[in-house]
Amino acid sequence: MSEHIMSSKFYYTIWIALLCLTVITAAVSFVDLGPFNTVVALVIATFKALLVVLFFMHVKYTSEKLTKMVIVAAIFWLFLLLALSMADYTTRLLS
Amino acid sequence: MATLAITAEREHYLNKEYGIRSWLLTTDHKRIALLYLISITFFFFVGGFFALLIRLELLTPAGDLVQADTYNKLFSMHGQVMIFFFLIPSIPAVLGNFLVPLMIGAKDLAFPRINLLSWYLYMIAGVIYVHCIVTGGVDTGWTFYTPFSTAFSNTRVIEAGIAIFIAGFSSILTGLNFVVTIHRMRAPGMTWSRLPLFIWAHYATSIIQLLGTPVLAITLLLVVFERAFNLGIFDPTRGGDPLLFQHLFWFYSHPAVYIMILPAMAVESEVVACFARKRIFGYNFVAMSSIAIAVFGFLVWAHHMFVAGISLYAALIFSILSYLVAVPSAIKVFNWTATMYKSSISFTTPMLYAFGFIGLFTMGGLTGLFLAALGIDVHVHDTYFIIAHFHYIMVGGAVMGYLGGLHFWWPKISGRMYPEGWGRLAALLVFVGFNLTFFPQFILGYMGMPRRYWQYPPEFQVLNVLSTAGSTILAVGYVLPMVYFLWSMRYGKIAEDNPWGAAGLEWKTSSPPPTFNFDEAPEVTWEAYNYEEIAAPAEVQVER
Amino acid sequence: MSDSPIAVEQHGPELLHHFVDTEQQRDAASLGMWLFLATEIMFFGGMFCAYLIYRYWYYNEFAAGSRSLDIWLGTVNTAVLICSSLTVALGVRAARMGKRKLLVILLLLTIVFGLAFLGIKGVEWYNKYTEHHIPGHSFNASDLEKPPYSRGGIDQQHEQIYFSLYFAMTGLHALHMIIGVGIFVFLTYCAWKGRYTPKYYTPIEMGGLYWHFVDIVWIYLFPLLYLIDRKPLR
Repeated sequence: MSEHIMSSKFYYTIWIALLCLTVITAAVSFVDLGPFNTVVALVIATFKALLVVLFFMHVKYTSEKLTKMVIVAAIFWLFLLLALSMADYTTRLLS
Repeated sequence: MATLAITAEREHYLNKEYGIRSWLLTTDHKRIALLYLISITFFFFVGGFFALLIRLELLTPAGDLVQADTYNKLFSMHGQVMIFFFLIPSIPAVLGNFLVPLMIGAKDLAFPRINLLSWYLYMIAGVIYVHCIVTGGVDTGWTFYTPFSTAFSNTRVIEAGIAIFIAGFSSILTGLNFVVTIHRMRAPGMTWSRLPLFIWAHYATSIIQLLGTPVLAITLLLVVFERAFNLGIFDPTRGGDPLLFQHLFWFYSHPAVYIMILPAMAVESEVVACFARKRIFGYNFVAMSSIAIAVFGFLVWAHHMFVAGISLYAALIFSILSYLVAVPSAIKVFNWTATMYKSSISFTTPMLYAFGFIGLFTMGGLTGLFLAALGIDVHVHDTYFIIAHFHYIMVGGAVMGYLGGLHFWWPKISGRMYPEGWGRLAALLVFVGFNLTFFPQFILGYMGMPRRYWQYPPEFQVLNVLSTAGSTILAVGYVLPMVYFLWSMRYGKIAEDNPWGAAGLEWKTSSPPPTFNFDEAPEVTWEAYNYEEIAAPAEVQVER
Repeated sequence: MSDSPIAVEQHGPELLHHFVDTEQQRDAASLGMWLFLATEIMFFGGMFCAYLIYRYWYYNEFAAGSRSLDIWLGTVNTAVLICSSLTVALGVRAARMGKRKLLVILLLLTIVFGLAFLGIKGVEWYNKYTEHHIPGHSFNASDLEKPPYSRGGIDQQHEQIYFSLYFAMTGLHALHMIIGVGIFVFLTYCAWKGRYTPKYYTPIEMGGLYWHFVDIVWIYLFPLLYLIDRKPLR
């Protein structure tokens, strides 16, 4: 791994961001956004996950494209499972 | 004439160290491959034994050999043993383990100790499953459908589930090892486009193992929890959905059939190229088709559930996708056939298996297209038509690929030639026995004979008798290679480095190879299947 | 069979014989770990699929079950894991810079955070036990607060499905935490022994990747299990 070493301040910044997002997501859940509560919660969770993957796991700074492909493939496969299964469940009452 | 003295001259992976510890603690991928060979052969006979009992019962319309409950156990365990303990590991864990490093010019797989762990996990799973068999077995069908498996079956469901769960991890680790090895350990000059198609197909297989098996693992875990803690996740009387189990189960188990067939296609490419003495026609198409099969294979699983109660619209989607998945397989068949056009064919034992593979796999695949049509599937689902369809692919395809590969690489693995005459006889017996066993089942299914039934109406008897007769011939065809392979290890003709005049790095090292595969690290400057540069053997080096 | 002379150069005992150089070994380890994490995504993913379907079917029961979880403990636990990810990331950095003592301290802190997480989870599970929310024959969720805007009552059996998934998902996650703590105990021991240098700290890196992954799973479990419907009752 020949990327340069990040400063510890950098990691502390990400850490603070993650903690803030955690507090935000918990707080927002008390606000009535209708169906968007779920959307907001998942968006925040995804943002947190991205911070961990890109910065704590160094994916942003790796020169290895294969790593990114593996991550994208795994997430895509999970979506295949979820989406095609839901294709059944959401259309059952229509049949 | 063959003696043991010759092998003592040169050190290779078999004679480098003796003793049980050197085998049980080996990290040499070639020795691990042989450990797997012994284990899966054992399970092949266990599964085959169940099959013979099934066929014996089905000789007569009445249920007179075993009780109905026992019959349920027979077909369930036949399926689970054959799929999880024989077919899924077979080619990857034996031929893949042995050949992947050799074919790419590496000294071993990326993670040799994980490779050994993989075998131990398989063995632990096997021991647990054997214990399950002898303490009552499973009667849920190989598919563990809920709520029967979770709420009603009185058999060893939890134990079987745990055994297959562990075997799944063995499979995952093998796949992981192959992907990393193929990406990271290729010899200098071995670019992706110079890789043998065997490697491409095993790469695709490994992708499926990595992404699909974990879903089976979690599904089995949920079944075990449900049964152990009386939950209600799959129980319709408590709000659960049995179809959820089926979705999760088939998400793995459909791609699993591609885990079973892709490696056989891998063997097919190598054998056809060698015994037609020609580069595989359409190399890029065959390579890309392997990847396409792996990807598309994940999009079709609910075609196993057309009559289970899924929505009609979902059924339509999965039906269309199921037609799509046939395309890359067909492309491969066209390319193998085109390879053979205007080529010089030798009818050696591996080539006989290869011919059998193309014909039988094509029949199995085409009947799969029939099944992708909703209208036909409704009629033949859960009949012997389905059984015939998948046995054409699993046995006519995968097993023949496995046997063809074993014969083709036997000189490399053992340093000995098997007796060619016996090899051809066995191949013929397998082909004839197979067709006699399974073709009648297409007719039986179309006529309406249900699967998993221990009795049947008398008008189906003639075809059932033919099928059972075929199975005995098939059994002889399978036992013969066991006998002559063992015979050849002591009395077989000593094999040269490249008795077939085949292309591929594995043939450039000695038979058997040294422990670290190559005396000098290879550097590849030629394309794959460079048969125009390789001299054909004056006569095929066989033992008569 | 001996290696070619070129391979016998300056490398430590950590270079395994079948690799050409340490870079190849590290790249192999990294790809291997990422592929393993991909399998873990699919492993947890199966349960996310079950969760998705049953939440779609039984939203009221899922919402009610979610409200019965302690949001403060859940939030604190999320923060604990985030802190542990920080110490892991700083630990990898320390290893890269050859700071052995700092590395050991950070690894120990990570273990402490991991154990804290498990402890809090244990408290939460115990609460569920006393409330009779553990699926099985003593399950009784008639005390659940109905979420606002929900029509109809809470079906007990559907509620049990929510809790089955709650325990299955958090249980599997906790198991991964326990394994992670075990791995880190081993890594701490090796680090203390001076096994890791700026040239070779791959196990720390790979252990770190695993730990971060377990953190990410929780980052999703928290809103999905705890925050389904927290709108205040009118």
